[in-house]
Amino acid sequence: MCSDPGQELIRQDIRDHKLDRIVVAACSPHLHEHIFREAVAAADLNPYYFHMVNLREHDSWVHTDKAAATAKAMDLVRAAVRRVKWHEPLESRQVAIHSDVLIVGGGIAGIDAALTLANAGKHVYLVEREATIGGHMAQFDKTFPTLDCAACILTPKMTAVRSHRNITLWTWSDVRQVEGYVGNYSVTVRRKPRYVLEDLCVGCLECIQACVYKQAKVPDAFNLGLGKRKPIYIPFPQAVPQVVVIDPETCIEFKSGKCKKTCVEVCAERNAIDFHQPEEIRTIQVGTIILATGFEVFDSARIPYYGYGLYPNVYTALEIERLVNASGPTGGEVVLRDGRKPASVGIVHCVGSRDVHTNRYCSRVCCMYSLKLAHLIKEKTGAEVYNFYIDMRSPGKAFEEFYNRVAEEGVVFIRGKVADIYPAGNGDGRLILQAEDTLLGMIRKIPVDMVVLSTGLEPRADANDVRRLFNIGCSSDGFFLERHPKLAPVSTFADGIFIAGCCQGPKDIPDTVAQSGAAAAQALALIDAGVVELEPNTAYVMEDACSGCKTCLPLCPYQAISFVEEKRAHINEVLCKGCGTCVAACPSGSIRQHMFEDDQIFEEIEGILAYA
Amino acid sequence: MPEAFEPKIVAFFCNWCTYLAADLAGTSRIKYAPNTRIVRVMCSGRVDPQFVLEAFAKGADGVLIGGCHPGDCHYQEGNYKALRRYELLRRLLNQLGIEDARFRLEWISAAEGDRVRVVVDDMVEKLRALGPRTPAYRREVA
Amino acid sequence: MKPKIAFYWCASCGGCEEAVVDLDEALLDVADAVEIVFWPVALDFKVKDLAAMPPGSILASFINGAIRNSEQREMVRLLRARSQVVVAFGICAQLGGIPGLANLSDAKGIFAEVYRDGVTPQTLYRENGHTLTLPEFFDTVAALDEVIDVDYYVPGCPPTPNLIRDAVSTLLGAELPPKGAVLAPDKALCEQCPRKDTRPEKLLLKEFKRVHQIVPDLQTCLLAQGLVCLGAATRAGCDARCIRGNMPCTGCFGPTSRVRDFGAKALSAVASVVDCNEQSVIAQIMDTLPDPVGTFYRYSLPSSLLGRRRME
Repeated sequence: MCSDPGQELIRQDIRDHKLDRIVVAACSPHLHEHIFREAVAAADLNPYYFHMVNLREHDSWVHTDKAAATAKAMDLVRAAVRRVKWHEPLESRQVAIHSDVLIVGGGIAGIDAALTLANAGKHVYLVEREATIGGHMAQFDKTFPTLDCAACILTPKMTAVRSHRNITLWTWSDVRQVEGYVGNYSVTVRRKPRYVLEDLCVGCLECIQACVYKQAKVPDAFNLGLGKRKPIYIPFPQAVPQVVVIDPETCIEFKSGKCKKTCVEVCAERNAIDFHQPEEIRTIQVGTIILATGFEVFDSARIPYYGYGLYPNVYTALEIERLVNASGPTGGEVVLRDGRKPASVGIVHCVGSRDVHTNRYCSRVCCMYSLKLAHLIKEKTGAEVYNFYIDMRSPGKAFEEFYNRVAEEGVVFIRGKVADIYPAGNGDGRLILQAEDTLLGMIRKIPVDMVVLSTGLEPRADANDVRRLFNIGCSSDGFFLERHPKLAPVSTFADGIFIAGCCQGPKDIPDTVAQSGAAAAQALALIDAGVVELEPNTAYVMEDACSGCKTCLPLCPYQAISFVEEKRAHINEVLCKGCGTCVAACPSGSIRQHMFEDDQIFEEIEGILAYA
Repeated sequence: MPEAFEPKIVAFFCNWCTYLAADLAGTSRIKYAPNTRIVRVMCSGRVDPQFVLEAFAKGADGVLIGGCHPGDCHYQEGNYKALRRYELLRRLLNQLGIEDARFRLEWISAAEGDRVRVVVDDMVEKLRALGPRTPAYRREVA
Repeated sequence: MKPKIAFYWCASCGGCEEAVVDLDEALLDVADAVEIVFWPVALDFKVKDLAAMPPGSILASFINGAIRNSEQREMVRLLRARSQVVVAFGICAQLGGIPGLANLSDAKGIFAEVYRDGVTPQTLYRENGHTLTLPEFFDTVAALDEVIDVDYYVPGCPPTPNLIRDAVSTLLGAELPPKGAVLAPDKALCEQCPRKDTRPEKLLLKEFKRVHQIVPDLQTCLLAQGLVCLGAATRAGCDARCIRGNMPCTGCFGPTSRVRDFGAKALSAVASVVDCNEQSVIAQIMDTLPDPVGTFYRYSLPSSLLGRRRME
């Protein structure tokens, strides 16, 4: 019925039989209600004289007893037919769309979306929590399967963001509050103090050199604690913006007030350091929002028998990325904690993925990055590399070919999930990786110098709080919920708010960039349309009936109800979102809701129970 | 042999969480008891106690209100109002001889397709145990 | 020929009859304008007098009280046949009233409570060749319009004098309102309440008080003081006399025409303003409102959507 002939059938029937109400009993209205409404409108009948019954998702797909399911279908259709009689002709509401866009998260997804929109002439606010954009991709060394240098393909984009006149880049900032609705969001952003003025700092980094701390002593978050930094620092050399940050927890001036402030001295006439810089609260108006807040790495300490944090030479994959990287803490050398090169390395797949005890889902990228790391480690150290895997997931373009190449390079593949990691016990610091090799049908105990845990991707720890800010949902795995997994993967149930990248679910860089392009396109579609149509399901006060009892006033979360001079309630149609709470509360029945009138719902109930 | 008693449940599901959860149960082909009939509202806050009473009056064996988890209401607080009304209405219904098992308020998020099955199957089982409702809630006087 | 009118009482306390008497001097005007042909409480008429009247010979019968036994059913049917217009007079006739609260029980339960181990009333008793009858006592109390067609409703417990005056003059007047109309304003009482302006725009309550627990302030909205005042759900027309007496409205004028179940809407309004989102605390607050049926369905249980407690 959704196809052209089906639509034409409806239109023809309306014309031939002069129909004035249409009920379609099919799938969920969430999917195709608008298509049918358009068909009805095309036949010159008001589209709100249409009602849809969900017989598929709510009946035929979920019940096994045919007779019961048929009885249920009849009840639902009967209810709809009775309800639709009471439908009124309505016009959808139109609201204007503000053309500015807010993008939350400055990883590759946020960066790409920002550039796309900025190039289209739209003004973008890119808000990033860290002191630099780049996200996780900035921490990678090479990307699979091409072994492109991550920084080489990322940094030009980062620079483009910095210099684009249509992008306002706010790093070291986060979103505190979001109000409004599609096309008209009012967002409050907190800009945390760097204690270095962004406009004045030229990124010469001499202050870091000059810091009274001669040695870097603070564990460096960008290098996952493997390296050290000073209290005044830049996250990594190619950071954008090229502005230093002062950490008040470790800076002597903040802790004691008695530092020589050599940093200020050397900054001289630029005078960019300000120890009293206050936090700034800024409120912006945007029409659409894209969330690109990325992922967090699974915490390997949750699997104690893998020995992370216990045995010094157990590393996570991301830590190895930093070791392998030329600008990392070891200058690109893959070495053990004591500085030796490993002669044997075991890579453990599916750490924190595909497991009922941690996360049931597959993190999608780990097989490929495990292959990449196997290749890089072997190349750098000549070590014997063992990959312990459950399945080899290499679905993308050139992925399978990469797997073949790595296999040909002599990496050993053992199909078995690692059950235990323990010291070999002979004083050489080696660790035994124990797994059942399911192809050979025997238990293997392989001693290695270094273990790499291929950790899965998880949602951000504060994903639940963030999504509440934006009034969207999370799926059961904790990632942001898309409107439809197949047909609307970057839209959410909040109109005008889109998601892109790993915040929606684990994925690699090509898929992330595809999604950020999709999200940018969706935002652009709204902006260029200029107006958005909202369902006309607002509540309204029957002005002659309202007694001014004020019961409704405190109930509206959008402050859409006001008490007017004439001593009765009045609902602002633009602010009303159509929840209907005031309608249910009005004790004299003086507030009604379009599309959800009491009469319509009573008819539905009676229709359902007609043969009870 | 008389047909086994199958309770009829009218479910008021909010558009954003519970209705979508039921959709998800559908797309996931999760199977559950066919005893519910869903009436869609935008928010559980729209559920007027009159609807609940009408459902019982017209023959429903059970009424289920589905809303978003506290803190997650698409409209901020509608589910809290539903909760307040539910607590008072439940007490009123008890006085009128309608047991708690017949009137439930459940929080189901859009991602919890399986929870729809759990809630519905549980409610149906408990209503079957309560047995068929007495023939009429009213006695005709005429 | 003066128009004929009749008054009758069913399950009633007599207050509605007294309300007619309360018209004071105006009663004389009424008595002048009409001929009262049936009024058991005040004048000595018998059922056979009523039965003898031609159909439709009574212009208007004002029937108060609810229907709870077979005699009342028989009498109102008789009055309906003899009358052009039947007015459900008082909230008992309109919605079932306070006698309607008996719907929390049934005949058996009520007799057990009242007569304990004593005799139970019987509809038929024979002795010595004589037969005595008592009306059948129904399990369920009904509003008047469940038994006969009702033309107009005059709400109140009892209807206030001005309402009665207006109702009588409307019925004697030229243009009759549409059938089924309630002869009172179709807005909630807050409209007329002298304390209306003192109700805050954002009223949210943390607990409910019962009337014996506080001495209410004389100026401030009673709901704002924590008393369960149902004025916001109740039809206006009484000029807020209870509030003027510093007592909260209990809902005796019934709902507006836009509401199907008075108790449900009143409950919804009261519950919605409870200032709490935490389940266990909400439950505690609701426990400070004992007897929801008695509070919200005080006058309207028989006409409510469920009508009565579930029968065993």
